[in-house]
Amino acid sequence: MEEFIGAWAVRHGATRDRLLPLLHAIQEEAGYIDDAWVPAIAKALNISRADVHGVITFYHDFRRTPPGRHVVKLCRAESCQARGGAAIETAAAKLLGVAMGETRADGQVALEPVYCLGLCAIGPNALIDGRPVARIDAAALERIALEVAA
Amino acid sequence: MKVFVSRDMASVALGANDVARAFAEAGCDVVRTGSRGLFSIEPLVEVETKEGRIAFGPVGPGDVAAVLDGSHANRLGRIEHLLFFAGQQRFTFGRCGVIDPLSLDDYAAHGGWQGLGTARVMTPQQVVDAVKASGLRGRGGAGFPTGIKWQTVLDAPAGAKFIVCNADEGDSGTFADRMLMEGDPYCLIEGMAIAAHAVGAGHGHIYIRSEYPYCIATMRAAIQASAHLVAPFVLEVREGAGAYVCGEETALLDSIEGKRGQVRAKPPLPALQGLFGQPTVINNVLSLAAVPFIMVEGAEAYAAVGFGRSRGTMPVQLAGNVRHGGLYEIGFGITLGELVNEIGGGTASGRPVRAVQVGGPLGAYFPPSMFHLPFDYEAFAAAGGLIGHAGITVFDESVDMAHMARFAMEFCAAESCGKCTPCRIGSTRGVEIMDRIIGARDASVSVRPEPVEGLSSLADKGKASTGSVGTGEGYLNRALYSRSPDRIDVSIAAQTGLLRDLADTMKYGSLCALGGFTPYPVLSALDYFPEDFGAPAPIKEAAE
Ligand SMILES: Cc1cc2nc3c(=O)[nH]c(=O)nc-3n(C[C@H](O)[C@H](O)[C@H](O)COP(=O)(O)O)c2cc1C
Ligand code: SF4
Ligand code: FES
Repeated sequence: MEEFIGAWAVRHGATRDRLLPLLHAIQEEAGYIDDAWVPAIAKALNISRADVHGVITFYHDFRRTPPGRHVVKLCRAESCQARGGAAIETAAAKLLGVAMGETRADGQVALEPVYCLGLCAIGPNALIDGRPVARIDAAALERIALEVAA
Repeated sequence: MKVFVSRDMASVALGANDVARAFAEAGCDVVRTGSRGLFSIEPLVEVETKEGRIAFGPVGPGDVAAVLDGSHANRLGRIEHLLFFAGQQRFTFGRCGVIDPLSLDDYAAHGGWQGLGTARVMTPQQVVDAVKASGLRGRGGAGFPTGIKWQTVLDAPAGAKFIVCNADEGDSGTFADRMLMEGDPYCLIEGMAIAAHAVGAGHGHIYIRSEYPYCIATMRAAIQASAHLVAPFVLEVREGAGAYVCGEETALLDSIEGKRGQVRAKPPLPALQGLFGQPTVINNVLSLAAVPFIMVEGAEAYAAVGFGRSRGTMPVQLAGNVRHGGLYEIGFGITLGELVNEIGGGTASGRPVRAVQVGGPLGAYFPPSMFHLPFDYEAFAAAGGLIGHAGITVFDESVDMAHMARFAMEFCAAESCGKCTPCRIGSTRGVEIMDRIIGARDASVSVRPEPVEGLSSLADKGKASTGSVGTGEGYLNRALYSRSPDRIDVSIAAQTGLLRDLADTMKYGSLCALGGFTPYPVLSALDYFPEDFGAPAPIKEAAE
C-alpha cells in the first residue's frame, strides 16, 4: 500500500488538498484505510499524521476496518421514513442478521445508514454494493438477502 | 426505431436499465436521457414518431412489443401535455429528460452555449448587472442575491479567483441538483463559465456528495468533453465523503482544501477570502444553472416570473409519501397546498396528509392548516420555516411527530462538525429529552408524583446544587447522577420546558444553521402537533 500511495501522489499531486481524493483512492483500492498506512499518507502529502487521522475520522465514508463482502446502505432520512423506512430498517436488520451500522460477524454483509440518496419520492431506498434500489418492501428485502448471501 | 429511456439514478433504481436493454435487443436505437422528473410514470419510454415523442410508462422489459405497436395500456401521449408538465415553467430544466446529457450536439441544438456566447461579448460588469437585475437569489437555501455576491468577488483585487459549485445536496427530500447534473451537465458547466467570465476566475470546483456516484461520473465526462469550449477556464470535480455539514459553504471549502469539514467563522466572507484564501464565488448548482437562461432570454424575462422578492422559478421537489413525486419547476408564489394536493395528488398511501417538512432536515413541519402559504422566501420565514432547497417531504397520518423531532436532534448530533457546544452537546441532550418525553407519553404518565429534585429548568438546577455544596458524599452522588431519570423531573411538562430552553440555546448560540435551525423541525412539530408529545391536541381551525 505504501507503494500505491507514493505512486498516486506522483501522478495526482502531493499537495494537502489532494488528501480526500487520495483517501477515496485508497479505499477504492483496498476497501478501507488501515491505521498502519497513515504515516505513508502523511509523508506523501507532507502533512502531520495527526492531520491525516483527524480527517479520516471526521468523514463518515472512510472506514478503518475491512468492510463486509457486501454492503447494504439503507437510507434513514425523512423522506424514506415517510414511506415506511423505519419498518424496513428493522426488518432488514433481522433478515440480514446484523444491526444497523455493523458488519456481520462472518464478514459477509454490512448494514450501513445513509442519509438520503436523492431518490426521495420512491423510497425506501438503498444502495446494494453501489447499485440503487427503490421502493423496498418485504419482497425486495428477500431478494436483497439472497443477493448478499452469495 | 428511436426510443428514449432515462439513465437518471432514480430511473435506474426503478429498473430503467433492464428496459433500455430490452429495447436495444429488439433492434431499437436507444437514446439514454436524463429524467423528465415524474417518478410515478417511470420507467418511462418515449418513442419517436412523426407527431413527436410518444410516452409510455411505467413499462417493464417485457413490454417492448406492446410499446412499439402502440397498444400498451400505459400510453401517455406527449409528455408536455400531461397535467404534471403542462403547468411547469422550465427555465432551468428545459433540456432535462429531452437530450442525451453528454451529447455536445444535442446541447448545442437545444440552445446550449448561447448564454456563454452572449456573456463573452459583454463586460464582466454587464454580466454581473444582468444577474442582479434578474433578481436571482441563491438556491442553496439562504436566498442571498447572487448578483451581489458576484459583485463582491469581481471587485476584490486578487491574482487568483475561484468558482465553487455547491453540489453537496444533503437535504432529505431534494434531488434537483442531482437530476440537473445527470440530465443536463453542460448547463451547469456553462453557468460556471459565465460566472468565471463575470468575476475573472480561472479555476472551478464542483463539490459533489459521494452518495451521488452517477452524478460524479456524468460531470467528470462532461467536463472532459467540453473543456475546449470553456477554456481557459478549468474545472474539476471533488467528491465529498458523507458529511452533511460539508454543504455549509465554509466547511465545503475546508473539505476541498483537504481538512476536516468544519465551519469557519465569518467574516471573512468566502467572496473575499474563500478557497485557499482567495476571492471565491460559491453557489448552489441551481443558482449557477439558472444563469444561461438569464443571459439568453434576458434578466427581465427571468424577473417577470415570481412573487414579492422571490423572482424567477424554483425547481420544487415533491418527495416522501406523495402520489406524484418528482421535480416541478414553477415561478415562486404557488401555494404549498397546490403543490402537495393538486400537483402531488396527496399521499401515495391514500391516507390524509398530516404534515409536510419543507426545506430538508433543518426545515419546519407544517400541518395542512398552513397550506395557504405561498412559496416565497419571506412568507416561509415569517411562518417560522424556510424554503431551503425547495424539497417538500409529505407524511400521512401514521407519522409520529415526536419521533420526527427526536430524529432532527439525532441527525444534528450525528452530523455536527463539533465546533460549538450548543450544537455538538445540545443535540445529544435533545435526543435524551425526546426519549424521556416519548417514554413518558407511552407510559401515559403525565406527571411524576414526587421527583427527587424539582429540576424543572436550568435555573432551578443551579440553585439546587449551590444549596448542596459542602454536604459531602450526597453532593457528589447528586452531581454524578444528576442526569439519571431518578433525580430529574421527567414529567412531560418539565421536559417540554427543557426542550424549549435547549432549542433557544441552540438557535442563538450556534455558529451555523445546522445547530441554529435544528430547532425549526423540533419546535414546529411540538407547536403544531402537541398531542404527539403527550399534551392536549390544539383546537382545529374551522377552515380545515
Ligand atoms: C448545514 C448546512 C448545510 C448546507 N447544505 C447545502 C447544500 O447541500 N447545498 C447548497 O447549495 N447549500 C447548502 N448550504 C448553504 C450554503 O452554506 C450556502 O449558503 C450556499 O452554498 C450558497 O450558494 P447559493 O447562494 O447559490 O445558495 C448549507 C448550509 C448549512 C448551514
Ligand atoms: S452549529 Fe454545529 S455544525 Fe454549525 S459550526 Fe456549530 S458545531 Fe459546527
Ligand atoms: S430520503 Fe431516502 S433517498 Fe432521500
